[in-house]
Amino acid sequence: MENGFSSPRNDTFNPAGLRVLVVDDDLAWLKILEKMLKKCSYEVTTCGLARDALSLLRERKDGYDIVISDVNMPDMDGFKLLEHVGLEMDLPVIMMSVDGETSRVMKGVQHGACDYLLKPIRMKELRNIWQHVFRKKIHEVRDIENIEGFESIHMTRSGSDQSVDGPLLTGEDLTSVRKRKDAENRHDDRDCGDASSTKKARVVWSIDLHQKFVKAVNQIGFDKVGPKKILDLMNVPWLTRENVASHLQKYRLYLTRLQKDELKTSVGGIKQKDSPSKDSAASFGIQNSITVHHHNDVSNGGYRFSGSNSVVQNVDAKSLEGDVKGIDTIPVTGHKRVLTVDIPNSHKARCSQIGFNGSFVPGHSDVNFTSFDSAIPTQPWSEVSETQFQHEHKPLRLENDFTQLPLPGPRHHIQVDCIQSGPSASSKPSVVDKDNLKPFDCTYKSNYPNAIPIGSAVDTFPVQTTSPIVNHQPFEPIARTTSSMKSQGLNLSCIPDLEAAQRNINWGVGSSLTSLDEDLQLCWLQGDCFAMNLGLQDINFSEYNDPALNSEVPFHLYDTMRFDYEHYYDPTECPIIDQGLFIA
Amino acid sequence: MERNQQLRRQLASMRQSLFDQGHLDEQFILLEELQDDANPNFVEEVVTLHYRDSARLITTIERALEKSPLDFNKLDGYMHQFKGSSTSIGAKKVKAESTQFREYCEAGNGEGCLKTFQLLKRDYATLRRKLEAYFQLARQAGPNEIACRPK
Repeated sequence: MENGFSSPRNDTFNPAGLRVLVVDDDLAWLKILEKMLKKCSYEVTTCGLARDALSLLRERKDGYDIVISDVNMPDMDGFKLLEHVGLEMDLPVIMMSVDGETSRVMKGVQHGACDYLLKPIRMKELRNIWQHVFRKKIHEVRDIENIEGFESIHMTRSGSDQSVDGPLLTGEDLTSVRKRKDAENRHDDRDCGDASSTKKARVVWSIDLHQKFVKAVNQIGFDKVGPKKILDLMNVPWLTRENVASHLQKYRLYLTRLQKDELKTSVGGIKQKDSPSKDSAASFGIQNSITVHHHNDVSNGGYRFSGSNSVVQNVDAKSLEGDVKGIDTIPVTGHKRVLTVDIPNSHKARCSQIGFNGSFVPGHSDVNFTSFDSAIPTQPWSEVSETQFQHEHKPLRLENDFTQLPLPGPRHHIQVDCIQSGPSASSKPSVVDKDNLKPFDCTYKSNYPNAIPIGSAVDTFPVQTTSPIVNHQPFEPIARTTSSMKSQGLNLSCIPDLEAAQRNINWGVGSSLTSLDEDLQLCWLQGDCFAMNLGLQDINFSEYNDPALNSEVPFHLYDTMRFDYEHYYDPTECPIIDQGLFIA
Repeated sequence: MERNQQLRRQLASMRQSLFDQGHLDEQFILLEELQDDANPNFVEEVVTLHYRDSARLITTIERALEKSPLDFNKLDGYMHQFKGSSTSIGAKKVKAESTQFREYCEAGNGEGCLKTFQLLKRDYATLRRKLEAYFQLARQAGPNEIACRPK
């Protein structure tokens, strides 16, 4: 199924010259492996200590393609090294050991090893290791998107965190949550308040720090884990809850990816279970795994997936976009399938992995979505669009209600759409696309807005579908809301972006936040929203342009497009993507 | 020339006996295959490295076995390392004994550990001696012929 994702690199990938870092405290083995790998035409670096290997890897983040490490080393457990490499460099790691005990192998795989070789290692085993690098490259696009999505989601994390704590999911009072959120976000806001500087002060997650983190996570238990708890356990004075939350997200993503890699093939059927609307789920799958998770979770909750149809269509559109981007050969349907598979996997991964991913992610999704939902049920958005931001605030409150109460069918649909759009955007769109195509970003925004509008507007705007739908039937639903957006570029809108989606999601939250205070999230969200608004402005959101609003969030409105671009291109983000999850 | 032929024959039979007696397995052949012009002494270098590492481990294990309550966890860890090292040169017998040793560790059988370790040490020393003699002879046979498999 990965073939569907055939990346441009397929043609250029050359196993020869693969840069391999071998780590083993056994010098005899080190020598043998070096020789063997050289005979395979690989470029070999050897290292007798895990710590040295880590510093080598850190020094030259792009200096190696794959790591082969012994499991038992005196200075650092091979699994630890594996974890670090996976988290920081995002390199494929092959574990090796004389010990073929199932539990050991399993442990290696759980920690993210792409392969587990038993000593004595044979040439034929090494000759093929390039496949792991190649596989990674194929998945890279998706991964990058995931990461990007996370980056943007960061802002939302406060909400998610809380969900982890329990409130959102259980239907607790949101207002309190919101307050907390605001308080937390405030400082972020300062950092990121300037739209042009999206960077936050980044925490360098050193080995020690990360170990503390992992220890805390393990201590708490994956299903119960929450940033606050971790922070307390870690007991690092300068570390903020935000830092931990962000790291936790990446950690989950990392684990998810590991699982995903393993489960991809097998999970095919699960997706259906997860979401009532299989198709929609499938479509999601294409996009971010994370997003997908959210969706799945939501569906599990029972609220959102009822309106699968529209979603599915969206997916198609997305897939089409993907095709346009560079997968010309692959039929849209194929994409869907692929996507579908992924989703289930990711989902599963979370559950099986440690649960904690699932819980956390859901939190994000919940928060975001809830905001959407709330808006939808009350149809605040439509109101808002008509009236003002204040309305938006209301939606947030409604969210609480929403969480508790299932939405009506139409609403579901809307929500679904939004969700889907979000995920779709995140998943398929290859990083390359994002980077290369600024227009896409715009598109995202437009899409998202569309989706959102759909929620609010579904009832009101349905007829509007019409012409705007450029290519895809799927988009029709969206088109309705989007119709105004059409002009901007429906095709583009099809292109799903996690960020966009997330932002959109955030958007809902953001609006609420705006009322409270400006937060970083708000900025992001607003930016997103605005972007969306750009499309929608004509129809619903003209009010956004309202001077008063502008004064509050001026740059958002005007700079939306630019703003997004910056985000995408923000050097800080890109490097992260390239280097691995945990740089932040 | 005649002498060299003889040496080489002797070398081949020494080598063969190591296999026949179960001291070495195919890993050793792999090492020989890896040896090339770029590393003409590859096999001997690896074997030397192995004995440097493993000698240290033998000492460590010996000491650990002297402790009154045996720390089987530690012993198992050491032996795991030792086994890995033995694997590198294809020291078949020693490797089998280290496996046995680890099984005793898991079972908490100190007696078994001690007994197995004695066997292991004996075989370890034997192989070491034989390999040393082998490489010495190989050197006499001529640098180009070192450790080459008889054609």
